[in-house]
Amino acid sequence: MSLTAVQSKRPPLMVGRDLARGRMGFLVSGLCLLFLAPALLTDFRLDLLAKFVCFAIVAIGVDIAWGYGGMLVLGQGVFFGLGGYAMAMHLKLAEAKEMGQAVPDFMSWSGVEKLPAIWGPFQHGWVAVLGSLLVPMVIAFLLGSLVFRRRVRGAYFAILTQALAAAFVILLIGQQGLTGGTNGLTNITSFFGMDLTDPSSTTTLYTIAVVALGVAYLLARQLVHSRYGRLLIAVRDGEDRVRFLGYDPATVKTIAFTFSAGLAGVAGALFVPIVGIISPAMLGIVPSIEMVIWVALGGRATLVGAVAGALVVNYAKTGLSEKFPDLWTYFQGLLFILVIAFIPAGVAGGIKVARKRLREAADEKRERASAAAGYGETRFE
Amino acid sequence: MTTFLSQLIAGISIGSLLLLIALGLTFTFGQMNVINMAHGEFIAAGAYTTYVLQTSVFAAGATGLAFVVSLPVAFLIAGSLGLLLEATLIKRLYGRPLDTLLVTWGVSLLLQQLYRDLFGAPNVQVKAPSWLEGGLELGSVTISYSRLFIVVLVILALIAVWYFASRTIHGTRMRAVVQNRGLAEASGIASAPVDRTTFFIGSGLAGIAGVGITLLGSVGPTLGTSYIIDAFLVVVCGGLGQLRGAVIAAFVLGLLNSFLELWTDASLAKVILFALIITFLQFRPQGLAVQKTRAFA
Amino acid sequence: MPAESTALLQLHDVEVDFDGFKALSGLSFRINQGEVRFLIGPNGAGKTTAVDVITGLTKPTAGYVTFAGEKITGTSEFDIVKMGIGRTFQNPTVFDDLTVVENVDLAASFRMGLRKMFRRRKGITPEVAEALELIGMTDMAERPAGELSHGQRQWLEIGMLLAQDPRLLLLDEPVAGMSKPERQRTGELLHEIAKTRTVLVVEHDMEFLRQFASVVTVMHEGSVLCEGDVATVQADPTVQEVYLGRSRVAAEDEATTTAPA
Repeated sequence: MSLTAVQSKRPPLMVGRDLARGRMGFLVSGLCLLFLAPALLTDFRLDLLAKFVCFAIVAIGVDIAWGYGGMLVLGQGVFFGLGGYAMAMHLKLAEAKEMGQAVPDFMSWSGVEKLPAIWGPFQHGWVAVLGSLLVPMVIAFLLGSLVFRRRVRGAYFAILTQALAAAFVILLIGQQGLTGGTNGLTNITSFFGMDLTDPSSTTTLYTIAVVALGVAYLLARQLVHSRYGRLLIAVRDGEDRVRFLGYDPATVKTIAFTFSAGLAGVAGALFVPIVGIISPAMLGIVPSIEMVIWVALGGRATLVGAVAGALVVNYAKTGLSEKFPDLWTYFQGLLFILVIAFIPAGVAGGIKVARKRLREAADEKRERASAAAGYGETRFE
Repeated sequence: MTTFLSQLIAGISIGSLLLLIALGLTFTFGQMNVINMAHGEFIAAGAYTTYVLQTSVFAAGATGLAFVVSLPVAFLIAGSLGLLLEATLIKRLYGRPLDTLLVTWGVSLLLQQLYRDLFGAPNVQVKAPSWLEGGLELGSVTISYSRLFIVVLVILALIAVWYFASRTIHGTRMRAVVQNRGLAEASGIASAPVDRTTFFIGSGLAGIAGVGITLLGSVGPTLGTSYIIDAFLVVVCGGLGQLRGAVIAAFVLGLLNSFLELWTDASLAKVILFALIITFLQFRPQGLAVQKTRAFA
Repeated sequence: MPAESTALLQLHDVEVDFDGFKALSGLSFRINQGEVRFLIGPNGAGKTTAVDVITGLTKPTAGYVTFAGEKITGTSEFDIVKMGIGRTFQNPTVFDDLTVVENVDLAASFRMGLRKMFRRRKGITPEVAEALELIGMTDMAERPAGELSHGQRQWLEIGMLLAQDPRLLLLDEPVAGMSKPERQRTGELLHEIAKTRTVLVVEHDMEFLRQFASVVTVMHEGSVLCEGDVATVQADPTVQEVYLGRSRVAAEDEATTTAPA
């Protein structure tokens, strides 16, 4: 029925093979992370890896919003920070309670005697846990609803999120008595009864982080492969066209944006017991853009790329920036520029494209061979 | 009454500074739809130019001369940086605005590090020329001459830009390319040189802003980042790089900033300002000034 | 062909003013249920703008549009789609990163509701399969839309339109850039579609018109110039004047172009 030459059907086996390979890859890397790493790495390195795993969770969110959804979020640090502060607030209060204090240490140092109202609910652990997930999501939902409906997008949206990050940081720094100011909330030594100074806590926290990463990855994957995921990609590539298919792009984008904020919040909450501190420096403009860099380098619109990007870039940063601090900045900046300008799909994306080209070349060869042998159409069982 | 007046003056001063910074951005964003995150570093380049001229080129006493000379020199240096950026990177990313944003941010990172390596991480002080010291007394309120100078500088820059855009052949070409690139090219206007010129001027204006900023405080590698967001907000509110809009937005934001700081503290003021901007965009998502076209949204 | 004389779509004195330029001026016409109407006119006559107004992309500065008696002006584009109006574009916009079947499936799924959309697609639904069959792309279902030729993209767009199952189809220059056999095929497809739906086709091509049009509305400078069957319209002196240059040039083009692509 078509007017162009008949193409050979893509062998169904291959599609199955891709899927099987994907599942295998997930299983293998999951097992490696879960069991091999704690066995092989020192506590110090495991702690670092746990931190990177938190970042990987954020990266998945950024990838969904940006790689698949086309929304460049330059202020993702805000959601990370909201989650982190929510958790830290509870942990500080738990600590204070343990020591018979009414207010956390930094407050008494600032001369604050009575617990501020906003801290009250965080005396309960479940508020912190739920809050770290829900508060970022609610804010993202509100922001998205307001802004996407008015068709603010692309660069405008990116700058707004950046302004949000800047404003948030300024707020945190300015309200010292409430938030710990520039220092943030520090000296966090216990996590729901677990003593963080005990070396065994590292493995536990690491495991929790890896499980969270696994869940985040699976959720994201389901999202991407669902019909909604296809719609999200369509909105990314042709928002206006999608309107004429009966969909409201604002709703589609708000959902993805909210999802990404939730992931960042959870990551922030996990980050706090691992690192023991949350401060404005971890969520301003610069860290927010770093979150984008991980995804850009690793590969946007591939979930594996986002995770790999987060892990590898942070590993490199820890390694290189200590030895050559100035060089690291140049290196990162240059790499970033080159990748975005010349390999926008990132490393994972580039690999995908390369594999596809190889596959197409193989297909073509096969076709030519069978055409030469006299068959009109190649078939595979 | 005095507080009102002084806040008003402060607001206008902030507004004029915002406009000076945002002027160059309006050019590159409005004319080319390019978000140049390195704009802040071009501003810093201008500021550092004044510093270098003052400390290394001119004699110790000739601060005034150094300052005046630094205006055109900063324009050239920042403009050339912009030209280099356009020719090497921006040109390749035409049609990819978000990627341009990210790439220029990478450039901004590099430049900041470069400034750290060249001039040191701590801030350096630029001496204001002696004829700009002191202030104008209006009853109980004093307006510093430095701030007045910035207002004058902005007005001059606006006039220069207006003249260029409407009275010169280059400016006309630029406007043609902005309004309809395809048609302009079909009419025989090579758009690439026009883009380069636009970028050169926009970045040059950033350099001039940098010189002005040296009057207000010390100069450091992160000078750009402190101003870039405010500048972008002016452009966002002003609407798609429309000069008219940017002027209004700059002063409105400046005044709001100043009065909000009066009623609450500095940090809350920023948050409230942000909330106000979001609210404003609810009603006018395209900004203050707008051009109606048959464009597909 | 038209079953009832109820107007499915009606434009009431629609005016569109772009910063001084009047794209549409006092535009009024009606299309009855089951009709196949061709909307023609020279470049700049306002044909696409009219479609833009109907589909909610452009807001008229005066006048309004009714669909099945209900006023639809002011409704958002996606709500208008939900009411049963679908369109294609002059430049086919399909989603390159999605496969052919994913494109069509997306078009067919808008009534599904959000919760169902979070599930993965299982195979090809009957509506999508039917649409693919009609446009002849069943065996290309898994190809990324980015790999399609221009003609194939136009057809994919039509396929997506069909999958939306609209009551009124608006096709904007569906055969632009197509070869002769492709045009023939498209015309036949149109015939097939028109049996159960109402169609408005914006077209330029006189040859295509002669073959497939029955009722024609001619637009000129933002309003209706003339309306009737092909013969009447072609004989109208004002239409001839407006089109004179064009049909001669078009005839010359036809003579010198070779057919297949």
